[in-house]
Amino acid sequence: MSKHGRHSSPYTLDRNIPGAFEGETVTRRRFMTGTAHGAGAIAAASFALPALGFAIGPIFKEAPHTWESVGPTDMFPDNDYVPTVITLTPGIGEAGKTTVYVRKRNPLIDTDAADRDTQFIAISSRCAHLGCPVRWVDAAERFICPCHGGVYDLLGRRVGGPPVRPLDRFYTRVAAGQVQIGPRYSVNSELERFSPRDPGEPIDGIGQFAYPSRPSTRK
Amino acid sequence: MARTPKLPAPPLPSALKAPPPRPDSANGRATPVDHAQEGGSSVVDWVDERTSLSGAARWMMFRKVPRGTNWFYTLGSATMFAFLSQAVTGVFLAMFYKPDPSGGAYESIRHVTNEVFLGQFVRGMHKWGSSVMVILVFLHMGRTFFFGAYKYPRELNWVIGVVLLILTMTMSFTGYLLPFDQRAYWATIVGVNINGTGPLLGPYLSDFLRGGPEFGATTLSRFYAIHMMLVPGLLAALIGAHLYLVAKLGTTAPPWLKAEKNPDLRETDA
Repeated sequence: MSKHGRHSSPYTLDRNIPGAFEGETVTRRRFMTGTAHGAGAIAAASFALPALGFAIGPIFKEAPHTWESVGPTDMFPDNDYVPTVITLTPGIGEAGKTTVYVRKRNPLIDTDAADRDTQFIAISSRCAHLGCPVRWVDAAERFICPCHGGVYDLLGRRVGGPPVRPLDRFYTRVAAGQVQIGPRYSVNSELERFSPRDPGEPIDGIGQFAYPSRPSTRK
Repeated sequence: MARTPKLPAPPLPSALKAPPPRPDSANGRATPVDHAQEGGSSVVDWVDERTSLSGAARWMMFRKVPRGTNWFYTLGSATMFAFLSQAVTGVFLAMFYKPDPSGGAYESIRHVTNEVFLGQFVRGMHKWGSSVMVILVFLHMGRTFFFGAYKYPRELNWVIGVVLLILTMTMSFTGYLLPFDQRAYWATIVGVNINGTGPLLGPYLSDFLRGGPEFGATTLSRFYAIHMMLVPGLLAALIGAHLYLVAKLGTTAPPWLKAEKNPDLRETDA
């Protein structure tokens, strides 16, 4: 309104605009401009918003929990790891599989909180640095990562290299004499449980807040 | 010669200009040969009369360049031709590629490399050309930096260039997964996890890139769509904007060139 100077009025009638109505404050030109822009914005949003939601939807989708049998209970000693293979993502063949190192719980070395979900210790082979596959080296009694030299001890705690936390673990249970591997969880350096994090995300101290649990991996 | 009225001729070198009609040719009347000879320029004239594109083409191509312009100034064009090479070879590779994570992707790449006529050559151009493009981007950026060509009024072109650099890196990252061999798979796992180390938003970025909490069935097709549709379009559009600003603002003289010594050109009224 300021461009009409101090004589301007909010009413179009007072501004001598031809065809103005009583009480009208928006000129037809302004109304048409706004309508055209609004219609354009609605048309653009009608395809842009669904496309955006489609692209970022997976962030908020919770992955289903699965349990997969890996062998009879007597297959796993309590002092050495047995490598087993489970399917993390079905339908994509080899790319969806991962190695899990399994052994029976040993009260002499496993000092973390025991419950019915941790009677067998299942250590993820996914390095906590950037996700390369670690392997258990018997002679060294260490998990060793081939990519950037991460080293973990028998309990999966970091003893060398760049990893920011111990190796992740899986819940285990026994069903019909078979050990089954369930959802993954992460542990901090005290082996306290956290909902699963991605590699490279520390969960000691401020890390648990800087890398919060996400909807897609809620435990 | 009955010539139709034309727009002013472009400032072509004299060797390229049409010779004037010889006095003994058909007493000044157009023969069929003359019409045939004028065919090409008639088509150009027809299009130009309806689009006025020749002005834009002349504005783009016949520019004044400063003294001292040298081979370093070709690095930008070289980068653009590397991009064009990637675009053309990429289109033809896409005719064979299958973004199928359960073996089809690797198999289609193997098929292109080992069995398709010139497949190894075209794939090699795309694979090695990507490295060439990244190297040229950095050389071009270094030239711009060390020649001071990012300064006023060209800051916006530097910003566009940085976005182009990021998009080029995005192309490199997404393209690396497509062969779907062990190296591609683990490099992508590591790359996505590096993105995830950004605090607060990093984990969500990882989920976005993978299309879920784990590397899954959609990850490969996601990378493929980003690699062949989303980013190339953005790259082409921003290269257009980059070139427009180059033509609009002109290029800079190299920094070692002394200022003009002619006293007539010196500004005295400061």
